[in-house]
Amino acid sequence: MQVPAPFEYERATSVDQAIGLLERLGSSARLVAGGHSLLPMMKLRLANFEYLIDINPLHAELGYIKIQTDEVRIGALTRHRELLESDDLAGAFPIFRDAERVIADPVVRNRGTLGGSLCQADPSEDLSAVCTTLDASCVIRGPRGERVVSMEEFHVGPYETAVGDDEILIEVRLPRRPGHGSAYEKVERRAGDWAVVSSGAAVWLADGKIVDARVGLAAVGPNTTGIPEISDTLRGNTPSEELFEQAGAIAARSCDPNTDQRGSADYKRHLADELTRRTLRKAVERARS
Amino acid sequence: MTTVHEPKLSQFDDNDQKPVGFGRMLRKEDPRFLRGRGRYTDDVQLPGMLHLAILRSPFAHARIVSVDTSAAEASPGVRLVVTGAMLAEKGLAWMPTLSNDVQAVLATDKVRFQGQEVAFVVADDRYAARDALELIDVEYDVLEPVVDVRRALAPDAPLIRDDLTDKADNHCFDWETGDEAATEAVFAAADVVVVEDIVYPRVHPAPMETCGAVADFDAIDGKLRLWSTTQAPHAHRTLYAIVAGLPEHKIQVIAPDIGGGFGNKVPIYPGYVCAIVGSILTGKPVKWMEDRSENLISTGFARDYIMRGEIAATRDGKILAIRTNVLADHGAFNGTAAPVKYPAGFFGVFTGSYDIEAAYCKMTAVYTNKAPGGVAYACSFRITEAVYLVERIVDCLAHELDMDPAELRLKNFIQPEQFPYETKTGWVYDSGNYEPTMRLAMDMAGYADLRKEQAEKRARGELMGIGIAFFTEAVGAGPRKDMDILGLGMADGCELRVHPTGKAVVRLSVQTQGQGHETTFAQIIAEEIGIPPADIEVVHGDTDQTPFGLGTYGSRSTPVSGAAAALVARKVRDKAQLIASAMLEVSVADLDWVKGAFQVKGDPGKSVTIQDIAMRAHGAGDLPDGMEGGLEAQICYNPSNLTYPHGAYICVVDIDPGTAQVKVRRFIAVDDCGTRINPMIIEGQVHGGLTDGVGMALMEMIAFDEDGNCLGASLMDYLIPTALEVPDWETGFTVTPSPHHPIGAKGVGESATVGSPPAIVNAVVDALKPFGVRHADMPLTPSRVWDAMRGQATPPI
Ligand SMILES: Cc1cc2nc3c(=O)[nH]c(=O)nc-3n(C[C@H](O)[C@H](O)[C@H](O)COP(=O)(O)OP(=O)(O)OC[C@H]3O[C@@H](n4cnc5c(N)ncnc54)[C@H](O)[C@@H]3O)c2cc1C
Repeated sequence: MQVPAPFEYERATSVDQAIGLLERLGSSARLVAGGHSLLPMMKLRLANFEYLIDINPLHAELGYIKIQTDEVRIGALTRHRELLESDDLAGAFPIFRDAERVIADPVVRNRGTLGGSLCQADPSEDLSAVCTTLDASCVIRGPRGERVVSMEEFHVGPYETAVGDDEILIEVRLPRRPGHGSAYEKVERRAGDWAVVSSGAAVWLADGKIVDARVGLAAVGPNTTGIPEISDTLRGNTPSEELFEQAGAIAARSCDPNTDQRGSADYKRHLADELTRRTLRKAVERARS
Repeated sequence: MTTVHEPKLSQFDDNDQKPVGFGRMLRKEDPRFLRGRGRYTDDVQLPGMLHLAILRSPFAHARIVSVDTSAAEASPGVRLVVTGAMLAEKGLAWMPTLSNDVQAVLATDKVRFQGQEVAFVVADDRYAARDALELIDVEYDVLEPVVDVRRALAPDAPLIRDDLTDKADNHCFDWETGDEAATEAVFAAADVVVVEDIVYPRVHPAPMETCGAVADFDAIDGKLRLWSTTQAPHAHRTLYAIVAGLPEHKIQVIAPDIGGGFGNKVPIYPGYVCAIVGSILTGKPVKWMEDRSENLISTGFARDYIMRGEIAATRDGKILAIRTNVLADHGAFNGTAAPVKYPAGFFGVFTGSYDIEAAYCKMTAVYTNKAPGGVAYACSFRITEAVYLVERIVDCLAHELDMDPAELRLKNFIQPEQFPYETKTGWVYDSGNYEPTMRLAMDMAGYADLRKEQAEKRARGELMGIGIAFFTEAVGAGPRKDMDILGLGMADGCELRVHPTGKAVVRLSVQTQGQGHETTFAQIIAEEIGIPPADIEVVHGDTDQTPFGLGTYGSRSTPVSGAAAALVARKVRDKAQLIASAMLEVSVADLDWVKGAFQVKGDPGKSVTIQDIAMRAHGAGDLPDGMEGGLEAQICYNPSNLTYPHGAYICVVDIDPGTAQVKVRRFIAVDDCGTRINPMIIEGQVHGGLTDGVGMALMEMIAFDEDGNCLGASLMDYLIPTALEVPDWETGFTVTPSPHHPIGAKGVGESATVGSPPAIVNAVVDALKPFGVRHADMPLTPSRVWDAMRGQATPPI
């Protein structure tokens, strides 16, 4: 059994109380949501925090999926499992169910949360790619009130986000537009493993033409923000294999993967290309049907 | 004689009428495990027990300059901090390995692999012990590590084992087998010669339960009780007596329930010795349980063989000779558990199931700055490597000859009338009948249809592969004259006692780690003396309770201890027959044995059951003249030869041409392990081994970076397969009994681990044939398959 270093533990009673604690304790404290990223690091003693503030008691307040006509709002404590099982969410954004099917395993999905995933900001993390693909914005609350940032601003770098030491991610907002289709694909070495590479694609069609399109990649380097060149290339065009190929080629050259145990950089680039084409194809198919 | 069995659905039903003897029945141990009532080493709680944690080296190779333990000693709850220097004062800093090498218990001079034991802390609880490790200040002088095994013998390679006085390089041992000159002559004259470099990467057994021990030394009576995760309690006891200088009768080694061994729990690890030292020094029971990372980085690995395979054949596909040159990475200390005269284990069976003219192997083993190994991993003592080599190189030959790999194998099998068959490397295969096994597998697979489907798919650009492996294993070590571990002969004791009411207890020298011994051995006794398995208690794993024997590994339990159990039961039956003759007042010759009772010939109405006899043996009634009371016997079985199970495996894979992901679609496994005691348990062993094979073939490898850091230190980094990576296994069987085993049984514990990796790799390579691929090394991860598709396959190390 791997045992973490000593820490103190407190259960949050409200968002504001948790913010108060964070404000007082500073960087020696951490929020724990599902704990599936934080606790393994603490057990391996890669991370030692003096205080853990458990926000799970706030699930009633921060665990929700609200489908509105213009946007979908998801609370930061919404669990992977809730994201996977929500038919309404799958209806609005099919990419979520695609992704959740291949994130971790049921044990992790039962506890792990959307907020924890985004705040962990692991470059291989899947939900950041999904949120990037859907052009999400993040609602962050702190002692000075609430602010809303785009995914580009939210993601500062690997394991680094715009959320300050005394702030909490509250909600993720996903704009809804007509003619939507989206999809997610992941290559993993084994079920439950982190991605070798994943790709998400979203398109918005009108009159058979692409009004807008976005692609988000995971595990191909620190830059998980959308690839504007792909959007520019696709916008205004009629979907076609040639177009997807162009997008795939851009994806391959826009990413910056490492060679590691999961695969060579060349292979990962190839996957960025292949999976971008596959997800765009499926997204368009879904937008049409 | 071989019987071929078509699998039937009913084969999968549990038999509610529990067989009195062989047959399908649920395991006696299952209720305990299914209800969470197993009792593992970590469940042992003793009054006043302390906890031990080990500080390990962060470096692969470094000189220890100084160790400062003062802060750790002052840490709350800490009772004891011990360093290598302190052990050295007691003469305990080094211990013998199972291969006549030595290994540091705690490093004194240098650390030689990342994760090596440097110091330990004993504290009131696990947390305090672990926290104190961080307070031990070790100053290291980092040295250049030897990581690339191919460079271990380079003249400028750093010397790892400067502790050995006669060592000037990293050479561990050389070994050869077969006839070099005769083999060369056959190769020189052959029509076709195929050469392929084949790597079996380092893998880890990764049992779910990590290694650990609870040591309890009683200073008053001088007795040491040690609960530990061991596959060989008796051998360990003797070794502790030698290492620690404790008298053997004052050591009790208890292997409680064990959560998987796979060879990982054969060696004695420094942690066990630390726990013993900790208990002696504190006067309290001390528990040490390693964590997952410690298990993966420091305990016995498996494989790590770099093999050059060569095969010579005629143009029409008659295999003439096989030759191989092997570079073996043994890590920092040679901790291989193999019989002493077999430093390369049973790798000599690399000639496989084929009747060939000549064979030769030359092996060089070297030290590197990696964890020491490793009987490990359903090892069959290196048969896994041997079978992989021959089954891969035969496929390379098929590729070269453009011949169907099934046909090539069928053409070269040793024929049934040739058994017992002595191979060109001196192994005497006891029995075998290969063609029916192969044909059954092909029928179950629908081989011809699969090839047709493959041709159609290829025409459409789809990648489908069919892989075949046919293996012969050598399992069940001894005999003792040829095989010993540190001088302890590989023979097994067994005791059987029938109680007055006809219930019985059998005491085994081998220990189960999940193989179902409590059921299988009860069934063996039941078959021989007719007492139902439920009425037979199987005692194992405790050296104070069981007779001496060498333990469970290399599939040896059924071949050796299984034979002992059958023979001890026959001894009891012989005595029972004498008692029966007195009870029925007829001569011994006039009695028939009908399972469970002796009957007067020609008068079935006159009979006595084994239970009646047991009561008489203990009762007040007369016994035959000169006979002692009681109904019990004891035996030590020394096998005359190994047993040689065989099997035919066929694997079907599909590969996504875009992502290079391999999907194992079907797997057909036909095993012949001779007499089948409990078919359900056999299937369980086969299922587990096949799953293991998928892991090795497709994802598992303990890799190192160039500084010697282990890259497989967690189960996120070292992948083992899940149910989602494996198909529904299709199993079948043939039965060719072992002629020298009392019940004709052979081992089966490792068959599937041995046979499945080549079948899967052969299938992947077959799928990649359109790209001209003849070989690609494991692990066949998507990235590595993609490399192979582009003609850029590289060895994994
Ligand atoms: C075996 C395993 C396999 C996995 N496989 C995958 C996979 O394939 N793909 C994938 O994407 N993920 C995977 N994960 C990660 C999983 O999705 C995690 O649950 C997720 O990354 C983190 O969510 P959490 O709620 O558990 O966060 P926690 O571990 O509780 O927290 C993570 C970090 O976020 C901070 N945090 C959490 N919530 C908030 C908040 N509301 N505001 C501010 N900060 C916050 C915490 O302080 C901490 O620093 C895997 C995890 C495991 C254990």
